[in-house]
Amino acid sequence: MNSKKTLIVSHAPFWHDGSGIPERSYHTIIAALPAAIAGIAYYGAPALGVICMAMSTAILWELLLNRAMRRPITVGDGNAALIGLLLGMMLPASTPWWVVLVGTFLAIVIGMQIFGGIGANPFNPVVLAIAILMISYKGHLDFDAGLVNFSLDFPTTSEPLAALKAFGPAAVEHLHPLDLLMGRQVGGLGSANGLALVIGGIYLMIRGIIRWEVCVSFIVGTYITAMLFNMADPSRFADPVFHLLTGYTLFGAFFLATESTTSPVNFVPMLIYGTLGGVMTVLIRNIGIYVDGVIFAILLINLINPLVDKIRPKAIGKVA
Amino acid sequence: MRKRSFFGLSTPCFKYELATDASASPVAIPAPEQVTLYIKKPFKQASSTLKVGTPVQTGQRLVLNENDDVYAISSVTGTVCAMAPFLADYGNAWTAVTIKTEGNEVIDPEFSAAAEAPSLETLTRFLAAGPGEPDFAPLMDERNPVSTIIIYGGNADLLIDTSLYVLKNNIEAINAGIEVLRKATGIEEIVIAVPEESVQNYSGHLDARIQPFSSQYPYAQPLMILNSLTGRLPDETGMASLGIHFLRAESVAAIGKAFSTGCLTIEKNVTVIDKQGVKHMARAKIGTPVAALLKAFGVEVNDQDKIIFGGPMTGNAIYSEDLPLGPDTDAVMVQDKSIIPLYSDYPCINCGDCVRVCPANVPVNLLIRFLEAGQYAEGADLYDLYACIECGLCSYVCVSRIPIFQYIKLAKYELGRTLSAEEMNEQ
Ligand code: SF4
Ligand code: SF4
Repeated sequence: MNSKKTLIVSHAPFWHDGSGIPERSYHTIIAALPAAIAGIAYYGAPALGVICMAMSTAILWELLLNRAMRRPITVGDGNAALIGLLLGMMLPASTPWWVVLVGTFLAIVIGMQIFGGIGANPFNPVVLAIAILMISYKGHLDFDAGLVNFSLDFPTTSEPLAALKAFGPAAVEHLHPLDLLMGRQVGGLGSANGLALVIGGIYLMIRGIIRWEVCVSFIVGTYITAMLFNMADPSRFADPVFHLLTGYTLFGAFFLATESTTSPVNFVPMLIYGTLGGVMTVLIRNIGIYVDGVIFAILLINLINPLVDKIRPKAIGKVA
Repeated sequence: MRKRSFFGLSTPCFKYELATDASASPVAIPAPEQVTLYIKKPFKQASSTLKVGTPVQTGQRLVLNENDDVYAISSVTGTVCAMAPFLADYGNAWTAVTIKTEGNEVIDPEFSAAAEAPSLETLTRFLAAGPGEPDFAPLMDERNPVSTIIIYGGNADLLIDTSLYVLKNNIEAINAGIEVLRKATGIEEIVIAVPEESVQNYSGHLDARIQPFSSQYPYAQPLMILNSLTGRLPDETGMASLGIHFLRAESVAAIGKAFSTGCLTIEKNVTVIDKQGVKHMARAKIGTPVAALLKAFGVEVNDQDKIIFGGPMTGNAIYSEDLPLGPDTDAVMVQDKSIIPLYSDYPCINCGDCVRVCPANVPVNLLIRFLEAGQYAEGADLYDLYACIECGLCSYVCVSRIPIFQYIKLAKYELGRTLSAEEMNEQ
């Protein structure tokens, strides 16, 4: 009585909305590209070199690890390419190739694959890699030193945050927010152009790929904390807009803090998480020893993520 | 398959089919050459009453052995031409009885004699294998008395018209059924659950309280309705303790019709959803092979297509066109192989889409980690496995394409099994 037709059998549901990890990665790459391209426009071929190096080595590390661990090849999902791109965008355009290579190794291998690959990383791999690079290769990650041989048509030739740390707000008073927004400042090759980052970030928010709660609360947290410091003592602490537009703030808000694996999924925890990230950023900048607090602030909130995400709505049907 | 919209912030929103959408009168499917019926008992070689060659009449109770209380109702007149074991979902062992249709239809007289006075015994003896497959056992369980019967007029899944169609077109039969139920069980509180937009069509005509539910998916999921009525959900011991019993509208209509005419209903309304998503309403004998049903609407099934009993979110895929329409099959859906979504073995990336879409506030992202590791008890204790009302939306949106819903069903099934094994040990 059996017919010869073979039917496919699987479990419900039989519809899917068509989302997938490759789509997510590629949309995020698309969103990050405007800022990366702006960086290439400012810094030229070296910037392009760093980005290409970062993306290709990230993919290579993932491929090697997949092979070594005898697991399915996962480079096709675009996640490694995305990590490479984001890492490259945070480096100075002058980064030597081997630092990039070490950076992507740290991100892909130490940051992600040894924990079990995508979805299992306790820290944002990009942030972890940059943090280790910052501590290990201080000189190469120093924007002022690195970019000294570039002829840049910017209002200032030193990194605004470093200048602020060394000489106080008076040293950065002449910087116009519009210049900062347009990326006319010394910084990471793809993470200083606020306008492009905001455009990319809004694209991701609309598509529902990143959690708007996290980035909005990160920005609000940064702004309010910086404003409180500024109100308390304007002669020592810069104004909030300056903090928003310099360093990795916007990049962190849109592309780093929102990394899905290491951020909460419930509404209230997302707000706490983002706000805390913003607050920590300014705290580190204003009273810590590091020039830019975004990296360590994000590592810190990654750490508290499992804890805050325990705050969640009660499931239905529960008595008591 | 529906696609994600460009604006990914809004959660997907589906509406149930409403009574006003229900299609015109159903296409009657002619009696097939043979029907297959399931008796939900394991097949043992020697059956004292049924053998190949046994003649049967329409409406006859088919039992494997004298005095069995598990039976099927023959939907045709003919002879048994095959009997075989059948392995159903979740490892249930049943018996498949195939009957070859022969000669003129003769109605079995046994029921009409019993139909004089409605009683729970008569219901249990004759109607439990009818349309909608009503379960009367909880009504007889004295330890957990049922206080409310819910006549379920919605469809648990999308695209299905069946239940509302029956409700709309069989008001008299349903009223008769309600009366029978009241007489037989003594339960006064009978509630009819229908989508809110359809309420105005019924109020006043029906002899029961109407309880509207939202017409947005998944608010007609039986467990969701249970929750909105009682504020609770059943745990691993099942629905028994809540004092509520569900019967489908189609069952109640069949009960009403049976007692007023003296004949059992042996036909079933089904929504047939073809590859283009076009819906047709059919009326076919229970036991009709799916192939005969699909042929009537010119639906061609090719290699690697998918046939689903039920709707797109919660149905069951079947493996052969020869499988018969069961008494509880409300819809048959065919998917072309080009649109079948595939699942993957990626881990959860914690994107949170499932959590945002879940109507029951289940922390799916955490739950799935435990279920994937086989830690079902932890999932139930810490991560609200039993709050899941089984809508399938989490799997629908999962970026990693994890078969979340399958894991949830499996976990519930496995926990239920452990529980019954423990009970057996205690005894
Ligand atoms: S866990 Fe999934 S299937 Fe269960 S109620 Fe939530 S979304 Fe629906
Ligand atoms: S939708 Fe899938 S990948 Fe996203 S959090 Fe839920 S289970 Fe994880």
